[in-house]
Amino acid sequence: MSAVTIVSLPDQATARVPKVNFLTKENGLLSWLLTGDHKRIATLYLISITFFFFIGGALAGLIRLELLTPQSDLMAADTYNKVFSMHGLIMVFFFLVPSVPATIGNFLMPLMVGAKDLALPKINLLSWYLYIIAGAMMLYTMAAGGVDTGWTFTTPLSTHYLNTNVISAGLAVFVAGFSSIFTGLNFIVTIHKMRCPGMTWFRLPLFVWSNYAASILMVLGTPVLAITLVLIVLERTVGIGVFDPAKGGDPLLFQHLFWFYSHPAVYIMILPGMGVISEVVSTFSRKRVFGYTAVAFSSVAIAVFGFFVWAHHMFIMGISNYSALVFSLLTMLVAVPSAIKIFNWSFTLYKGSITFETPMLYAFGFMGLFTIGGMTGVFLGATGTDIHLTETYFIVAHFHFVMVGGMLMAFLAGIHFWWPKWTGRMYPEKISQLAAVVTFIGFNLTFFPQFILGTLGMPRRYAAYPPEFQVLNVFSSAGATILGVGYLLPILYLTWSLKYGEIAGDNPWQATGLEWQTQSPPLTENFAEIPIMDREAYDYEWLERQQQKEVASVG
Amino acid sequence: MSDSTAIAHGAEAGAHHEHPPYQRHHFETVNQQFDATNFAMWLFLLTEIMFFGGLFTAYLILRNWYYPAFVEGSHQLSIFWGTANTTVLIISSFTMAMSVWNAQMRRKSALLLCLVLTFILGLVFLGIKGIEWHEKWVKFHVPGLHYSDQTFLNPASDHEVYAEYHDKPLAPDMASKAQQYFFLYFAMTGMHALHMVIGICILGFMIVRAKAGAYTSGHVTFVENFGLYWHFVDIVWIFLFPLLYLISRHQ
Amino acid sequence: MSHISPVLWQFLVKWLTNFKLFPPEASKIAPQMDALYFFMVLVSLVGLTLVILLILSFSLLYSKKRHPVATQIEGSTLLEATWTIIPLGLFLVMFVWGALLYFRVYTPPANAMNIYVVGKQWMWKVEHPGGQHEINSLHVPVGRAVQLTLISQDVFHSFSIPAFRVKREAIPGRYTSVWFEATTPGTYHLFCTQYCGTNHSQMIGDVVVMTPDDFRKWLAGSTSGNSLAQNGERLFASLSCNACHNSKPDARGPNLVGVYGSRLTLATGQSVDVDDAYLRNAILNPTQNITQGYTPIMPTYQGQISEEGVFALVEYIKNLQSDYRLQQTLNTTELLPGNEGGTAPAGKTAAGPEEVKQ
Repeated sequence: MSAVTIVSLPDQATARVPKVNFLTKENGLLSWLLTGDHKRIATLYLISITFFFFIGGALAGLIRLELLTPQSDLMAADTYNKVFSMHGLIMVFFFLVPSVPATIGNFLMPLMVGAKDLALPKINLLSWYLYIIAGAMMLYTMAAGGVDTGWTFTTPLSTHYLNTNVISAGLAVFVAGFSSIFTGLNFIVTIHKMRCPGMTWFRLPLFVWSNYAASILMVLGTPVLAITLVLIVLERTVGIGVFDPAKGGDPLLFQHLFWFYSHPAVYIMILPGMGVISEVVSTFSRKRVFGYTAVAFSSVAIAVFGFFVWAHHMFIMGISNYSALVFSLLTMLVAVPSAIKIFNWSFTLYKGSITFETPMLYAFGFMGLFTIGGMTGVFLGATGTDIHLTETYFIVAHFHFVMVGGMLMAFLAGIHFWWPKWTGRMYPEKISQLAAVVTFIGFNLTFFPQFILGTLGMPRRYAAYPPEFQVLNVFSSAGATILGVGYLLPILYLTWSLKYGEIAGDNPWQATGLEWQTQSPPLTENFAEIPIMDREAYDYEWLERQQQKEVASVG
Repeated sequence: MSDSTAIAHGAEAGAHHEHPPYQRHHFETVNQQFDATNFAMWLFLLTEIMFFGGLFTAYLILRNWYYPAFVEGSHQLSIFWGTANTTVLIISSFTMAMSVWNAQMRRKSALLLCLVLTFILGLVFLGIKGIEWHEKWVKFHVPGLHYSDQTFLNPASDHEVYAEYHDKPLAPDMASKAQQYFFLYFAMTGMHALHMVIGICILGFMIVRAKAGAYTSGHVTFVENFGLYWHFVDIVWIFLFPLLYLISRHQ
Repeated sequence: MSHISPVLWQFLVKWLTNFKLFPPEASKIAPQMDALYFFMVLVSLVGLTLVILLILSFSLLYSKKRHPVATQIEGSTLLEATWTIIPLGLFLVMFVWGALLYFRVYTPPANAMNIYVVGKQWMWKVEHPGGQHEINSLHVPVGRAVQLTLISQDVFHSFSIPAFRVKREAIPGRYTSVWFEATTPGTYHLFCTQYCGTNHSQMIGDVVVMTPDDFRKWLAGSTSGNSLAQNGERLFASLSCNACHNSKPDARGPNLVGVYGSRLTLATGQSVDVDDAYLRNAILNPTQNITQGYTPIMPTYQGQISEEGVFALVEYIKNLQSDYRLQQTLNTTELLPGNEGGTAPAGKTAAGPEEVKQ
């Protein structure tokens, strides 16, 4: 089956990567560090988040290694606490939140709406610098002995009971937050004001819609996290604050403020990934996304409802039974748009003409794993079962299914899908298909046992655990090694392909988006002349006519 | 405003290549550039609202819980200085609005005058804030660093305030909650002052640029957007002043 | 390989013989919780199978090989409505079902036996009404509703008994509660599930479920001499609470006899139900909880009484149902300055334990 492919590459004997493109336009380190070009900034982001992904990944490896045995024998309990805290902080704030938006989104947003750049190139560069400053602060935190608050900074633990580097970690996240605000702000302005002639809202690719929804969450949610962290830092430095129960403060207020950002943050992490899946599924089934409007609006619905479900993280924390009721109901409502998306993607395949290149394999992986991740979210959103399952490995498995099985799969799908556009060269197909399959298997082996562990009651964030949980933990750790291989492979072959990959040409996937109608890698100005959008998104018939015209004119 | 027509219009105008020097290369028209940056500024102010929103939430909850402490705490603030500062800020908003107008009218010296006035008024605001904060320090009302419950356990010890309000002594558990009031007072006015400081720095930068004639050749976007920021900071104060100084003061 | 395989073999045997999908069901709520859980698992499996089937069958039927040209389809309102409404319906069923369970778990029955739990870094301290004191273990009888009143004296903790399917956070500064009725004798895990610092994973213990007879024996064998209410009584006297709360007509503080469970009007005009949480608040933050008609002269006891002490006071006030008992306390006070402080309450045990243990 894999012999049949849609890939159409130019004649390798004569083809060249275009001499002038955004990568070669200017040379020297400074031309990168002072660039305003969204594609270069995206490249800088890609390198930086990959760096942090592997730090976070190494920490995850340490966690799984420690959990091989029931005793805390590889590291002491407080080392373990630091390791999982740093893993969470780095993965959430330095990988997942910026992953798709700041790299793929940054690269594509102007290309997709037919603009020369994001609306605010300097702010875009500033956002990368803020990310780097935040990253440096986080690395400093690690070097100075780490932090063991967990990524949630729970008060009063973080403010009065720990003597690790809470302040530098908090400030790092604060700065990273502004980096994310500026990215989101830039996207919203670009989508509103920079669309090319003819590009109406309902001609936008779904990737743009989902990033738009995520940007709204970034812009409105992140500042609340910022002020919360300021209050934590103040409370820690002056010893009094609004979260301190001993001095009349309210620790639950912290939970409300924190989750007011951190629940929408989950959607910041997953929505852009959903956008990638829409593009990939459509391209490799040669078909318009089934029910474009429903998918577009479901993104916005997730963003809107996403703001009103935060207290479902607090069902067992003594919020009133009735507010638990309301938040549970809203949580059920926010699950519906996700279900809609899954079925719409499935039906995009219906009567399509499907091929199975790597991005499509990752997309299939996403759909399966996200279905599990989403459904187990309902287990936790229903107040009754939440009591038993929350704060156990069930919740760990749930959010890893959504974040790793969902977002990371989508990220890899996107990286492979747009790699030819980004670099002008193809990745090697066979080995990358292998990597996709290895990732999928490794992932399931790692995280599926954790659902059972959680149901059995194993609490999260435990350095030592009762021996009866060992076997499942061993499975999970074994899976993690496979998963690790699955993540290392792309790094190797993608780097290799930079030099030795086949020349991709403008549109190797025969995709319809504006980004594919320009050279690969694109010019600094993206398009030779500003395109005019005279068709719907995903119009494969238009593409065919276009190609016939070209053939005719050449003939 | 329908932005898709604006952009379609932009594409036509983009056909002939006569850009004014201040138009960034990636915009099709000056109009689009202005629209986009202006929209971005409004969005940024929205994030600022959410930022201060967290503090206001904390204030509302704690005020509800510790009402008597918050009332007596507010008696410690000087209405005189608060009103003075409000006036200063409102005037500075006016001079800022005049700056924008003068920039649009391309009057360089009038623009400079208004910017310098705004700059000075901003500094005056901070100065007055400094006086008020210093008074808190002297009276042991700086939570965590220099604090004592004495004023609230024994209001008569603070003659001036007592003469005016005749506060009853608070029970020790309530008196200790006044510290929460002052924590919020410092957090909120501190955050506001930080925004003022940033604003004043940008004003200084603008004065230097305005001297070189940067904003009086038709390109006023920066002045306009900064104006939005300055008015926003002003409006935050318009909320802080009644919440911290005025409401329930006479009870 | 030959070195590894015995280990591996042992492992597999261990796993296959002990394989469990869910913990033992040892409380009344557990089977109900599991019913919902398995309903959800079923729905998830059906949903997942559906998605996998759709992907697989479409992939086979419409692969490029078999179906070289795609048919463009806009969408289908009917189909989309179907997969909006059916999941919504299912989610709503789960919501209602879950909410019913949630209300059951967090609404203790009136006749529940109350046990007090204090969480601290990193142990659980359990106070039985009969004065029995446990650390990192909890003994409960079968067939009796047990209500736990929880508080933390430092950071957030979470009291979790997987075999009972119940869990509740212990929060600094306020009471939370949860209840269960154990059904099967045995020893079960007790975990702290909210991350609470360095030795979070050591904050574990055992829940021992006993037959009523065994439990009675255990109670008798573990008693510390005084019931919790008696400890409270002593504390009440030693803090001179009865200087004001003495039920005399000219008393400066409100009468505490029978106050528990009643509805009070506060000086602020609010009316509150007097429960454990209110009593704790009134002791630690009296100014906000002044009963109408009284002046706010009560000092705060914040920082002067441990959480266990507050529990003892609450238990004492809870059991204070007659003036006679209060008079007894007053007498005790008179005795207290003398050296027989220890013997005075013991002398009244005839009245005490029975009242407490009802």
